[in-house]
Amino acid sequence: MSEPAWTNPAVKWIDERLPIFTVMRHSAIEYPTPKNLSYWWNFGSLSGFMLVLMIATGVVLAMQYTPNSALAFDSVERIMRDVNYGWLLRYIHMNGASFFFIAVYIHIFRGLYYGSYKTPRELLWWLGLIILILMMATAFMGYVLPWGQMSFWGATVITNLFSAIPLVGKHIVTWLWGGFAVDNPTLNRFFSLHYLLPFVIFAVVFLHLWALHTAKSNNPLGIDTKGPQDTIPFHPYYTVKDLFGMGVFLIVFLGIVFFAPNFFGEPDNYILANPLSTPQHIVPEWYFLPYYAILRAVPNILFIPAKLAGVIAMFSSIFILFALPWLDFSRVRSARFRPLYKWVYWLMLIDVLVLGYVGANPPEGLYLVIGRVATSYYFLHWLVIVPLIALFERPKPLPTSISTPVLGGAAVASAKTMEKV
Amino acid sequence: MASSAQSGAHGAQGAGVNRRDFLYLATGAVGAIGTAIAAWPFIYSMNPAADVLALSTTEVDLAPVQTGQRITVKWRSQPVFVAHRTEDEIKAADDVNVEELRDPQADSARVKKPEWLIMVGICTHLGCVPLGQRPTDPRGDWKGWFCPCHGSQYDTSGRIRKGPAPANLAVPQYAFLTDTTIRIG
Repeated sequence: MSEPAWTNPAVKWIDERLPIFTVMRHSAIEYPTPKNLSYWWNFGSLSGFMLVLMIATGVVLAMQYTPNSALAFDSVERIMRDVNYGWLLRYIHMNGASFFFIAVYIHIFRGLYYGSYKTPRELLWWLGLIILILMMATAFMGYVLPWGQMSFWGATVITNLFSAIPLVGKHIVTWLWGGFAVDNPTLNRFFSLHYLLPFVIFAVVFLHLWALHTAKSNNPLGIDTKGPQDTIPFHPYYTVKDLFGMGVFLIVFLGIVFFAPNFFGEPDNYILANPLSTPQHIVPEWYFLPYYAILRAVPNILFIPAKLAGVIAMFSSIFILFALPWLDFSRVRSARFRPLYKWVYWLMLIDVLVLGYVGANPPEGLYLVIGRVATSYYFLHWLVIVPLIALFERPKPLPTSISTPVLGGAAVASAKTMEKV
Repeated sequence: MASSAQSGAHGAQGAGVNRRDFLYLATGAVGAIGTAIAAWPFIYSMNPAADVLALSTTEVDLAPVQTGQRITVKWRSQPVFVAHRTEDEIKAADDVNVEELRDPQADSARVKKPEWLIMVGICTHLGCVPLGQRPTDPRGDWKGWFCPCHGSQYDTSGRIRKGPAPANLAVPQYAFLTDTTIRIG
């Protein structure tokens, strides 16, 4: 790529002092992208779009919201009834959280299928996991802000998880609350952090993209690009493809916003928080259900009480993914060429869905049994099955280049013709 | 090896290098400790403030509470269960082999007067408020309290008998000011 010669004198003047236009052209226009990316590669930029949308709606909502336990619930109702377009902004923000998680979960499972976590993209994978953890913290604290019954009791149950830590647990929980129960100080700090963390996410997304543009995009074949014949510039080819996917995604998202805005919500959260009365059935938002199922599935293990063991298992379910690039040491990235891994991949997806189903139900009878089986399988998958498959699987032969399966022999043939000429 | 050879050859310079190493480490240590000390006010500011702590006592008039009645009062923004126990409930709480309990504690160690059971109404599992304060509530197999969140059951002394909770319902500090008034906290 040659240095772009900017013709506009104003652009040229700026670019010579701060090469912002050159950098943008390198990373958003010329960025060489494998030419065989499928629509599963849309969900990265979709997640980025959702982050921007959440920040934009969040900033204007914060102008109308009051972070005080006596006023918060009413201020949200005021946003819904009196503020101009308040209903729209809040419903976009509320359902936007769900669709942000939908986009990110699809993005993660795409990475798992095509081996996008493998060398040289380990740091890229780690940064993505850090974004996921930050998103979970942000979403949890945001859910507390309307100060309904589910807000209050969700906050109570989740902050109480930390009381399971031996010796210092109780002090940590008091410190998190700023009192002796979830109350006004808790609401205030959650609002502060809920406003802060999206910008931290933004910074980590920047690092995520930096790492992406260093290692370059993976692709459905999971093989490295071998030269310019395997890539196309990001713009216009993938800007157009991403925009088309975004249109489809927005139809579904805005369909929910306009026609079923409370589809993902809990009716109990439209009841003002009452510290003296716990709702009959506490459930977290859908995107936390698999973790919630793991939390409740674990019994006493040796000298570790069930409460602590459940908390350890729940946090491990994410932290274990940091080790994935080494647990799955098979050199073949894409599941297309991995006959065994392909099957356990789908089993893992089903397992996570089952955990989500169990998480939405009370931990009794058959649900408890299914929850324990699914939790055991979850850890068995990452710690035993994946390494064993990496060891024993005989992958199918890989294509020699991205161009070969796309163009058949044509690319090679034309290249040879050119050599002759 | 290299450094000893160097200090042998250039004694003065070797000593200088050692001094610089020491200064470098000392500066780093002071910087790290200083940062940690400076961070402390930020962290500690999140602990309960003076006004929150100032609200930490509640007085309760027990005179209107009938035998068999259970009332809930608010203390430090937490629910406190005050139960005026019947003879049967006291007897049931006493007739237990303490050794068999998950969190072994005799009933006499949990009350100041046997007819008055006073405890924090927060499940020791994950902080829900157990049911059982009203006669129509489910009270579990031991006729005490039943937590709807994850199914923990407490007996008429508030001791954990079944379910995931690790400990008995906590007994707060309280004192009888008169025969019919208590101060919690």
